[in-house]
Amino acid sequence: MATILAVDDSASMRQMVAFTLKGAGFSVVEAVDGVDALNKAKAQVFDCVVTDVNMPNKDGIELIRELRALPNYKFTPMLMLTTEAGADKKQQGKDAGATGWIVKPFNPDQLLKTIKKVMG
Amino acid sequence: MAIDMAQFHQVFFEESFEGLDAMESGLLNMDIGDVDAEDINTIFRAAHSIKGGSGTFGFTAVSDFTHVMETLLDEMRDGRRKVTQPAVDVLLGSVDCLRDMLQSIRDGGQVDQSVVSAHKLALDSELRNSANGANGSSALEPLPSVSPITPADDGAELEICGWSIAFSPHLNLLKTGNEPVRMLRELAGLGELTTTVDLQGVPSLYDLDPEECHLSWKLHVAGNISAAEIDEIFDWVEDDCDLAKQPIYKTEMPLQALQSEGTLSANDVNTSAAPVNKPTEENVAGAEIQPQDAKAPKKEEAKAAGKGSSSIRVDTGKIDTLINMVGELVITQSMLSLLGEHFEMNKLDQLKNGLSQLERHTRELQESVMNIRMLPISFVFSRFPRLAHDISTKLGKKIELKLVGENTEVDKTVVELLSDPLVHLVRNSLDHGIEMPEVRIAAGKPETGTVTLEAYHRGGNIVIEVSDDGKGLDKDKLRAKAIEKGLIDADAVLSEKQTYELIFMPGFSTAEKLTDISGRGVGMDVVRRNIQALGGDIEILSELGKGSTISIHLPLTLAILDGQSIAVGDETYILPLGSIIESLHVKEERINRVVGKGETFLLRGQYLPIIRIHEIFNVPGAKTTKLTEGLIVVVEGQGVRCGLFVDDLLGQQQVVIKSLEANYRRVEGISGATILGDGSVALILDIPGLVRLSSQ
Repeated sequence: MATILAVDDSASMRQMVAFTLKGAGFSVVEAVDGVDALNKAKAQVFDCVVTDVNMPNKDGIELIRELRALPNYKFTPMLMLTTEAGADKKQQGKDAGATGWIVKPFNPDQLLKTIKKVMG
Repeated sequence: MAIDMAQFHQVFFEESFEGLDAMESGLLNMDIGDVDAEDINTIFRAAHSIKGGSGTFGFTAVSDFTHVMETLLDEMRDGRRKVTQPAVDVLLGSVDCLRDMLQSIRDGGQVDQSVVSAHKLALDSELRNSANGANGSSALEPLPSVSPITPADDGAELEICGWSIAFSPHLNLLKTGNEPVRMLRELAGLGELTTTVDLQGVPSLYDLDPEECHLSWKLHVAGNISAAEIDEIFDWVEDDCDLAKQPIYKTEMPLQALQSEGTLSANDVNTSAAPVNKPTEENVAGAEIQPQDAKAPKKEEAKAAGKGSSSIRVDTGKIDTLINMVGELVITQSMLSLLGEHFEMNKLDQLKNGLSQLERHTRELQESVMNIRMLPISFVFSRFPRLAHDISTKLGKKIELKLVGENTEVDKTVVELLSDPLVHLVRNSLDHGIEMPEVRIAAGKPETGTVTLEAYHRGGNIVIEVSDDGKGLDKDKLRAKAIEKGLIDADAVLSEKQTYELIFMPGFSTAEKLTDISGRGVGMDVVRRNIQALGGDIEILSELGKGSTISIHLPLTLAILDGQSIAVGDETYILPLGSIIESLHVKEERINRVVGKGETFLLRGQYLPIIRIHEIFNVPGAKTTKLTEGLIVVVEGQGVRCGLFVDDLLGQQQVVIKSLEANYRRVEGISGATILGDGSVALILDIPGLVRLSSQ
């Protein structure tokens, strides 16, 4: 079963993402910020990372940059959750090595559709 | 897949309110001249999360509103806009508005659109106020996305029957986690796909780097597919590949419509941006007044509706301790049951050990459980910086609010019930206590007044002090006022303490004029009543010209009490340990009987009334009715001392308080009941109630 790391400092968003992905048969690990996510990603290999951008301690872009530099995450799909206004964020994310993005607000169907785009 | 989004709402509301609190305190602490980037970042992040969540969970009004705040904050964060006091005030107002919006959504109420739009206008005008920032208006609203004019729109008769696509990934495409195979699969999902791969770029095996992508494709996908669908697939990689796509029309006629796109969209942008700049001065001015009016009635509703479910956030550490305790308890239990199976008298020591262990674990478990209900007092304190800020701005005073001991923990119920009385006290200090700056300077005090809120533990109590270095209470004025109001006789002799306590009497208010900050009809008498209802006590100390201190003493929890059991006849009563001063035998010559006024006795120069418990509660079988043969327990409650005449002291123990009111009815002189080890019920005595009872 594919395992996804869901990173968001907002508990409700994190729960929504995790709940949706679990419902679709993925196994999900949650992390509350970039630091937490990085630690979890080092302890276990994930098949996909979905992360928010604006987070305390370490933001999503920095997280992607650091993950991408790890041998285990060289080709792992990493998606960031961003807002429609975040054109420059998208670019920063791309430069850091993000695979793609999901534009907020999104609903569970859109999330799954996007995840399926990069998984399997 | 149908997912009920409502299940995430509660969490969303909770974290949004937390976020709003964080924004509020961040805004209040902001040092206008020298702003810390991380502070703004924190505020921004909170707004951002609320916006994201509300958008996702379908609260579009909230996300639209937050969007404007976020834009403003974003500009501040990037340094494109200076942080000014008016901007901070507008943001603070918006935080309140947002809180109201969320509350009414949560409680199923109506959002007052006029208030919301008033705040939004204020935000917009702040945003357009580009005098201190660069191009404010450009970021005002997300520009309506101009949908690219596809050929299909212009010439409806020309139906697309497919696309031919040239797709040449750059070498580094794989390194972003993108994968051509998946994209081709997506394409194939749109329609029938024919692929031709171009292997020319592939180097010899010797030079091949397997992490680079050397392939390129010529693709043909059949079907009536819009350009947007194709774009979506390649959206993430547009900078990492060369992509050329060409629609194939049924008629095979080339189209020129594509060229017009550029000019058209530019026009659209211009016209749609114009209305955004419209809000007039009057609108903005109205924004400052409106929000105040509609607020009050809605809050009440919200409170009533919000009571249904309340949750509590518990530190994981506390839960871990609890689990540990339960583990210990289980071990002890199994040890004891093993012992019980083959019990012999020579194992008596083991049994005693086990029982004392059981007792210890139970007590620890009880403490840990109580601990879960404990919240730091900062839950109440955190609202005061805002209050101080608002009031000092309003009155033109300079006030510094100091919070001390915010991490002192107290029972959740106490925290909730404490909030209103404390607001009243702090308001009083801010409004009446602290003088205007010029008065302070004239009195030789620093211009800025200080109000300190302090919480600490003392014994089994929590003490909360509100002190200020303001003008203090004027004893003569208090006395004159009390006489004028007919609360005391003109010739009454009052100690200093008693004089100060006059302000707690119903119908007493020293404010020369009522302002809308304090003096809303809730007097100090209500404050004292609330505190006493919590089993606490309130005291005031003051020095004219130097300031006042009001201390509140409260039990840490309302559920458990350190009690002293006393025996009267066949009954056992519990006295709150904290109220007992001493116990003594009294000699006949110290007893003083006054006809019609009962009995008193002399203790270190002071006459204290004696209350005979067996008489007051009609207890049969009292060991003695002679004062010299029984025991006098000197107790104090609400500043009144008296001696309780009882048969004997039994022992100290923690008792779990059961409400008498909830299970039976209110009984004067009794504050509750508890169940003793032998299963019998003991009543807990209420000292002030007893005093009232005995004077009747």
